[in-house]
Amino acid sequence: MSVPAPAPPMGLIIELTHRCPLQCAYCSNPLAMDAPRSELTTDEWLDVLDQAAEIGILQVHFSGGEPMARRDLVQLVAHAAARGLYTNIITSGVLLTDAAMAALLAAGIDHIQLSFQDAHAAPADRIGGYHGGHEKKLAAARRIREAGLPLTANFVIHRQNIERVGEMIALGEELGAERMEIAHTQYYGWALLNRDALLPSAEQLAFVNGVVAQARERLNGRIAIDYVVPDYHAARPKACMGGWGNRFINISPSGKALPCHAAETLPGFTFPSVREQRLRDIWASSDAFTRFRGTDWMPEPCRACDRREIDWGGCRCQALAIAGDAAATDPACHRSPDHHLMAEAIAAAGANTVLDFVPRRLNQD
Amino acid sequence: MTDGATVPAFRRGVKFRFDTVREAWVLLAPEKLFMPDEIAVEILKLVDGARSIDAIVDDLAARFDAPRDEIATDVIATLEDLSTRGALQL
Repeated sequence: MSVPAPAPPMGLIIELTHRCPLQCAYCSNPLAMDAPRSELTTDEWLDVLDQAAEIGILQVHFSGGEPMARRDLVQLVAHAAARGLYTNIITSGVLLTDAAMAALLAAGIDHIQLSFQDAHAAPADRIGGYHGGHEKKLAAARRIREAGLPLTANFVIHRQNIERVGEMIALGEELGAERMEIAHTQYYGWALLNRDALLPSAEQLAFVNGVVAQARERLNGRIAIDYVVPDYHAARPKACMGGWGNRFINISPSGKALPCHAAETLPGFTFPSVREQRLRDIWASSDAFTRFRGTDWMPEPCRACDRREIDWGGCRCQALAIAGDAAATDPACHRSPDHHLMAEAIAAAGANTVLDFVPRRLNQD
Repeated sequence: MTDGATVPAFRRGVKFRFDTVREAWVLLAPEKLFMPDEIAVEILKLVDGARSIDAIVDDLAARFDAPRDEIATDVIATLEDLSTRGALQL
């Protein structure tokens, strides 16, 4: 049986490093983070960017950890831009000085996504574990705008900041963002560990839905708001990564190619390393990228579902984390036999009155 | 309100280019990507921040065999959709 070659990937997510000055409790990075000494070298990343352009990748997202913690970020952006790749940096902004902004601009950066932890300094710095971080972000936003670049302001929502969502949108407007992301926490890695302190109630969700709907109508055509819903409350799962091995390649700091950034939690996989294999082969034929690609792998109720090529069965990592089986229907789906586990998680979080969380920290071994 | 005098422009950070791997035009935007259909490609090729919607419709009407009204409806619908999705400014 011959397998047809998949369409080329659209996007490459480069997790340059797991190092980060912030310690956000909602971080979706894995608990077992890559040590700094295991990170790919500059030359290795340059080669990955060349390969990405060759196989048809259109956009590169420099992420982390904090991508600006890598000294070679400017060089990598310049290289990607020279290869015609659309370059995006996903950053906390606390390292975005005037000098760094000027260098990135000269390198040809297309877009910067700046994360905020809250609308005000005190709660923002608490959740980020970085005193003075919020002020630095405000300065970073101004630098981005003054450089003439488009700004996306990203706000991650959870029960400890949810009542201030309206103020967050106002802050995004004030900063001149062209795009905002109001993203409910996705429960992977550190966020999953801290779920009971972060997961909102149905009432809180309804409140945010209302605020976002109103803001979208008011800002239509001026500021686009992308709203990422919390799938614990959803009837349908998210189309995780636009389908497994369908649109994206994610590369970890140490060079593992992953169909999504939480995939290393899945047992029974050997994720190919860009140190050992070509990106083209990884995409086309590695076991890791083909195992859940398309619809052939699907169990019921996905297999017969009219949304199978819309939702793509949801998220494999969530199926494992909640239902204990990476090949199961995502429990976020109301058709999943495990859907009740989501309601149980919401109830458990609702019963939890302790708002303490475990800060994200790199385990230095 | 969008009308014939409106001048559409790509928003900051939006790039419309031909991808040689797919042999197709792509619209690249902040953390978004659009694969415009053939009609949208012809419209977007005329978006330069100077031409009005009327001028775009005139250009297309001269080259394609379709009633001007129909073309105008398509052009406005396409541009408004991409404006809502953050790729264009109207």
